Amino acid sequence: MRYDTVIIGAGLSGLAAGIRLAHFDRRVCLLERHTTIGGLNSFYRLRGRTHDVGLHAVTNYNPKGSKSGPLPRILRQLRFSWDDFGFSPQVSSKISFPGVTLRFSNDPGLLESEIALRFPGEIEGFRRLVKFVEDQPWGTAFPTSMTARGTLAEYLRDPLLIEMLLYPVLFYGSAAPHDVELTQFLILFRSIYRDGFARPYEGVRRILSVLVKRFRHLGGEIRLRSGVQAIESRSGKAVAVVLDDGTRIEADTILSSAGSVETARLCEAGLSEDVANGDSPAIPSQVPGELTFFESIAMLDRPPAELGIPETTMFYCGTPRFRYQNPGEPCNVDSGVICSPNNFAYELPLPESTLRLTVMANNRFWFERPSEEDYQEQKRIWRERIFAAALSHIPDFRPNIVDIDTFSPRTIRKYTGHHNGCVYGSPHKQWDGTTHLSNLFLCGTDQGMLGIVGAMFSGISMANKHVLGSQG
Amino acid sequence: MQPEEIRQVLLDILARIVPDEDLSTLRDDVAFREQIELDSMDFLDIVMELRKQYRVQIPEEDYPNLATMGGAVTYLVPLMKDVKAPA
Ligand SMILES: Cc1cc2nc3c(=O)[nH]c(=O)nc-3n(C[C@H](O)[C@H](O)[C@H](O)COP(=O)(O)OP(=O)(O)OC[C@H]3O[C@@H](n4cnc5c(N)ncnc54)[C@H](O)[C@@H]3O)c2cc1C
Repeated sequence: MRYDTVIIGAGLSGLAAGIRLAHFDRRVCLLERHTTIGGLNSFYRLRGRTHDVGLHAVTNYNPKGSKSGPLPRILRQLRFSWDDFGFSPQVSSKISFPGVTLRFSNDPGLLESEIALRFPGEIEGFRRLVKFVEDQPWGTAFPTSMTARGTLAEYLRDPLLIEMLLYPVLFYGSAAPHDVELTQFLILFRSIYRDGFARPYEGVRRILSVLVKRFRHLGGEIRLRSGVQAIESRSGKAVAVVLDDGTRIEADTILSSAGSVETARLCEAGLSEDVANGDSPAIPSQVPGELTFFESIAMLDRPPAELGIPETTMFYCGTPRFRYQNPGEPCNVDSGVICSPNNFAYELPLPESTLRLTVMANNRFWFERPSEEDYQEQKRIWRERIFAAALSHIPDFRPNIVDIDTFSPRTIRKYTGHHNGCVYGSPHKQWDGTTHLSNLFLCGTDQGMLGIVGAMFSGISMANKHVLGSQG
Repeated sequence: MQPEEIRQVLLDILARIVPDEDLSTLRDDVAFREQIELDSMDFLDIVMELRKQYRVQIPEEDYPNLATMGGAVTYLVPLMKDVKAPA
């Protein structure tokens, strides 16, 4: 079998890349190991209810009619209209540290006025910071030595304000602990504080079904249960992928959303004779990420707002400094994100009431449980600790729980194949998408863009740059 | 195709790329970019749609010819003279 382009992974980046290529008449095939599409942002059914895997909020949201920003560009590039995804904007969110709270919403004015109120001495610095961020064209690449903390310190003096502003930024996208590269900080800062949050009424299902329908309509092929076990190469060029069942598929170009470490492994597995003869470039070693999360999805008997939890998202931290890192203990119970799909400005209320609590987790602890019983038991224990700690920030919702599901780094690894179960990939991003093979490219998380909008943008730009652009 | 038909083809392509823009007031002698929100990714799409729909190949060095509607039509007339207008 032969295609113009094979895409490894039917997550958001793979689907978006696939649509671009199929639209321009390329023969393209999406290969997905899992039984369903979506990757890190899929959905599943459990005891009669549908849950989104990851979705807290679609970041990078711009309202209908906006012309610049990544979302309008994605819609134009994929030929979708504003209403196809059915986004509803957030209500409002907050960052809660000991003794101080900052609220923010899709109106950037709210955060500004909150800072003016709580940190009056910093408001001028904050305005200059915002101006700096807005003055950089979207996607400007800075040297990797420039980071968020370094830049924030140039504009702000109060360490607490710096922590508070950084927390959502890191939590929603940093693959590195404590800090993030400036290039990515700019993207994330905008996606959270300047653009904002939204969600389709039907959750990520709506986005995925719109994408997959279009892809199929354009003649694209998707094969589920079709994991790639190896990428074969000759003389510095990828020639084919081999599936788990041994099927060999040739392609002129390969796009991989499996991650950089994972893709390098596939190349290793596909090394052929000629490498032994020194004919192929060495596979560079990749730096794996290690940040991952533990999330509980609590179904409630009434909307969270009725229990006194009206925020769309709430970033809470019980200490003046947060620890954005792989925690020594199984879960970091001091800080996390509480969010609810109910708290968006929909036309109708959602039929189900849900609260999600997400904290950082130690992947090794969750991978190394000796038995299934122990794993389940530990999940229960840590969930209860997390809930108890969260009660310093929200009213007690525990009596209202009617059902609950919890996933750990083990779940993420199992369903997405990401090394370490990590969500934001390797701390070393490959912004141009290139690899050691001339026709193999990365897209998605490890190219550098993440989140739902970011991943789609990544798929589109890699398809443009490396497949459509290169063919004149 | 006649110049007027080529102009319509370009308008149809633009309407698909930027469905939310009002194209009825587009001036032929002013750069597209000054009249509608069109970034380099979108601009490349005009070229790619022409290739997809009409098999017209436009080398990269000729892209500046497409900056305005007037320039684009003039440039495309010889390339599209034997191409049939869409039904
Ligand atoms: C808990 C959680 C919460 C999140 N919350 C949000 C949120 O609120 N808002 C937001 O915007 N983003 C959120 N994200 C992030 C967002 O989901 C991701 O950034 C985005 O989905 C990444 O898309 P991707 O295409 O790069 O990668 P992935 O979604 O990981 O897609 C890669 C695909 O490749 C497949 N694959 C891997 N290896 C192989 C192989 N060898 N052969 C075949 N297939 C393979 C995987 O199964 C997977 O489907 C969250 C993620 C998680 C896990």
